[in-house]
Amino acid sequence: MAIRINGSDVAVPDDARVSLLDLLREGLHLTGTKVGCNQGACGACTVLIDGQRVLSCLTLAAQADGRSVTTIEGLGSGSDLHPLQVAFIEHDGFQCGYCTPGQICAAAAMLREVEAGIPSYVTADLAAERLTLSREEVRERMSGNLCRCGAHNGIVEAILRVAAEHAA
Amino acid sequence: MSKTQNAIISSVRTVMGWVPAQWLPGGTPDPLIERRAAIGRQASRLDGPLKVAGEARFAAEVAMDRLCYAALVHSPVTRGRITRLDTGAAETAPGVILVMTHRTMPRIGTLPLIGITDLSAVGNSSIPIMLDAEIRYNGQVVAAVVAETQEQADHAASLIEIDYAIDAARTRFQDARPDARTPASLLMDKNHVSIGNAERELKRAPHRVDNMYRTPAQNHNAIELHAVTAAWEGDSLVLHDATQMIAPSAAALAKLFGLKREQVRVLSPFVGGGFGGKGLWDHQIVAIAAARLAGRPLRLMLSREGVYRMIGGRSPSEQRVAIGADAEGRFTALLHTGYSVMPPYGACPEPYTLGTRALYGARSFEIMQRHLDLDIVPNTFMRAPGEAIGSFAVESAIDELAHAMGVDPIALRLRNLPERHPISGAPFSQHALGQAYAEGAKRFGWDRRHAEPGTVREGEWRIGMGCATGSFPYARMPGANVRITLRGDGTAVIACSAQEMGMGTATVQAQHAADRLGLPLEAISVELGDSALPAAPMAGGSSQTASIAGAIAAAATKLAGELLRLAGNDSPIAGLRAGEVQLVEEGIASIADPTRRESYRSILARAAREAIAVTAAGSAPLEFLKFAMHSSSAIFCELRVSAVTGEVRVDRLLGSFDCGTILNPKTAASQFRGGMIMGLGLALMEETLFDERSGRIMNPSLADYHIPAHLDVPEIDVIWTGIPDPRSPLGARGIGEIGITGVAAAVANAVFNATGKRIRDLPITLDKLL
Repeated sequence: MAIRINGSDVAVPDDARVSLLDLLREGLHLTGTKVGCNQGACGACTVLIDGQRVLSCLTLAAQADGRSVTTIEGLGSGSDLHPLQVAFIEHDGFQCGYCTPGQICAAAAMLREVEAGIPSYVTADLAAERLTLSREEVRERMSGNLCRCGAHNGIVEAILRVAAEHAA
Repeated sequence: MSKTQNAIISSVRTVMGWVPAQWLPGGTPDPLIERRAAIGRQASRLDGPLKVAGEARFAAEVAMDRLCYAALVHSPVTRGRITRLDTGAAETAPGVILVMTHRTMPRIGTLPLIGITDLSAVGNSSIPIMLDAEIRYNGQVVAAVVAETQEQADHAASLIEIDYAIDAARTRFQDARPDARTPASLLMDKNHVSIGNAERELKRAPHRVDNMYRTPAQNHNAIELHAVTAAWEGDSLVLHDATQMIAPSAAALAKLFGLKREQVRVLSPFVGGGFGGKGLWDHQIVAIAAARLAGRPLRLMLSREGVYRMIGGRSPSEQRVAIGADAEGRFTALLHTGYSVMPPYGACPEPYTLGTRALYGARSFEIMQRHLDLDIVPNTFMRAPGEAIGSFAVESAIDELAHAMGVDPIALRLRNLPERHPISGAPFSQHALGQAYAEGAKRFGWDRRHAEPGTVREGEWRIGMGCATGSFPYARMPGANVRITLRGDGTAVIACSAQEMGMGTATVQAQHAADRLGLPLEAISVELGDSALPAAPMAGGSSQTASIAGAIAAAATKLAGELLRLAGNDSPIAGLRAGEVQLVEEGIASIADPTRRESYRSILARAAREAIAVTAAGSAPLEFLKFAMHSSSAIFCELRVSAVTGEVRVDRLLGSFDCGTILNPKTAASQFRGGMIMGLGLALMEETLFDERSGRIMNPSLADYHIPAHLDVPEIDVIWTGIPDPRSPLGARGIGEIGITGVAAAVANAVFNATGKRIRDLPITLDKLL
């Protein structure tokens, strides 16, 4: 029994009640994953499991057994930042920085969802060959990640910029 | 908040009126207003790389050996007392170290409430914390469980059995009105203002409006939960706290636990949002006491429900605003009165009439607030306390008057802009609201607005535009200290206990210090967030930037004196006094003859010093007792209202600000937008719902208390006049709170323009528009 976290195998905790969030923060000191509500309402604890965005507060650690978890620490750090991390700094996509790791993890998975052609509530043409990532699409798709400082414009701008660079 | 306080402040203001302006701080405008290099640049946040990588350490993220965890039990009753308490099952549950209740809580005093006379008084509640069996409000903490893991603590907390004797509780806003109290003062101002006979003027006025406006209770909802990691080291306490009052908390905790000031260290390098909510509350005290009993370091993070139930938010209000105007639209009467909640054990008077005193001239005024006493978690300061909701009432009323008179609402406002402060008669230090309106209206396309409501439609959508004025007073706090360490390698460190909650404190003060010391931005580093550093005041009242800036300026002057002394008689600057030099180009130079200069490196090398350090406090902030110093803004909104569902979608929002010098356009724009987005929440969705039968909050979660999400937030346009305030350090005034002011009224006025429906009861939810 093991969970692969940022490339390293970690044992599943003995206490079955331990959430993936608490395993990361309290067990492994991977405190880049944040806790804002512990009930799936704010998105601050978003991590990637096998590339998909997941709320780690609503995921028991045991449910991640045998799967691959990527946290903000695994996405990029120090001089090796992920393009989204760089763009968030450039476009001031945060103030206090607390919701930021969740926003960035969610954005990384969201861009892959768009590439895979998964539509959203605001997608106008469900039959289109390729989805166009409009500002509206980003806003809808990121609405599960709350920000209280009000960095929404910068977050959306940063994501659009990275998406455009990726497409180019 | 007494009559004595009114008398003292009034006499200080009178004396200040006689003192020549040039004797006061800012008497000679700050030279950096004209001489800026790093200030005004779009610098990215210095802490950006840490924050995007998840490496910024918050209070609950400090690793410690033998750390244990706490969980709290809240009272489900509102008023009464504990009659039976059985902690047996909890104490024997796996992993439990101890259970703390009023029987075992160490005997301590109560916290002095936040006040303006004692800067270490930072309590939000004066109720004894877990010291007796009395229950004063629903959600009050009654027990704490400490265990080896959070899971064990949470489970054991559910095993505690408590019986209560229930007393009648005051939980209804309307029922409390007959017993309303009338305070003598609101923060620094007299509560009751009566000039002329406003009621008589109102009756005589050819044009008048007279309406009631209601705003609900709200919560700050910083995404970071309130959290603390407490460790006793012998008789000394180290507290990693999520707080916006680092040094004041350390001082208050030392007093409360009978320690010397230097025995308490509060660390808070990063705070995950504050907005007024991250002060000193019961949970820090409980955690410190429990850590003491356990003899181990302890972590306590409140649940989201716990934050709602034991950290107060913004008070609800009921406000009457009446305006009388003559045939030309000049105000002859301005009345603003009302009710909000302030239990006697709370600290925040929610001063919603303060903004009204500074914005518009009128022949007569009648202004007074009354406080209601409910059995409730004490309300506190929340972003732009007072102004956020007061501006909703007044700026809606002006829009109503403009509509009734058939004049443009901007023209009506500009017609009533005062030359001097309308109540005190003090001159404004700088005030360009007219310019902010002109520039905002042009950029927004206000001339495309149809004055007649309900005339623009697109399918099911009715479209409207609205505007409103925002305002917030300038403040600089006394007691701001900064240490500057200048090193021989030409770098400098700025250190003080100030707080970083996302305002960009370190970034902006590094820019400031670079210009103040004549160093490149890269040469400056900033240390914050630790009560062991020179003490800075709390982050509140949009005052931190000006307060720290004043202290850096004072420390730089002291540094100049120190450098002159160190340079000695062999230096080109020998013989000059501190007032005759300036710090430029990595050295010190004569103002009169800039060729007389010596570099810092050279002075320190010759004196064989690796570094010199000076600590200084900012001057007493007397400038805002002599001058009326206010930021103001013009907010513009365009939105759609569905004729089918009543749903409101905001399409465009613009803020045109007059806030003095803008120190960093990138972080400033984020502050403005952030405030405006919280204003959208205030206007359209935010409401803490109390069950008036039980006094319990019904929506204590982010699923049920709605804050703006990405899809609710349009692209927000932000512009500013950028005119420096000659009386403040750097020419800057605070920008943290003004963004939220005026937004709710701009939205309500746009809703009226779209639909013809006037909503005077926030939030403007769709049911009110059907």
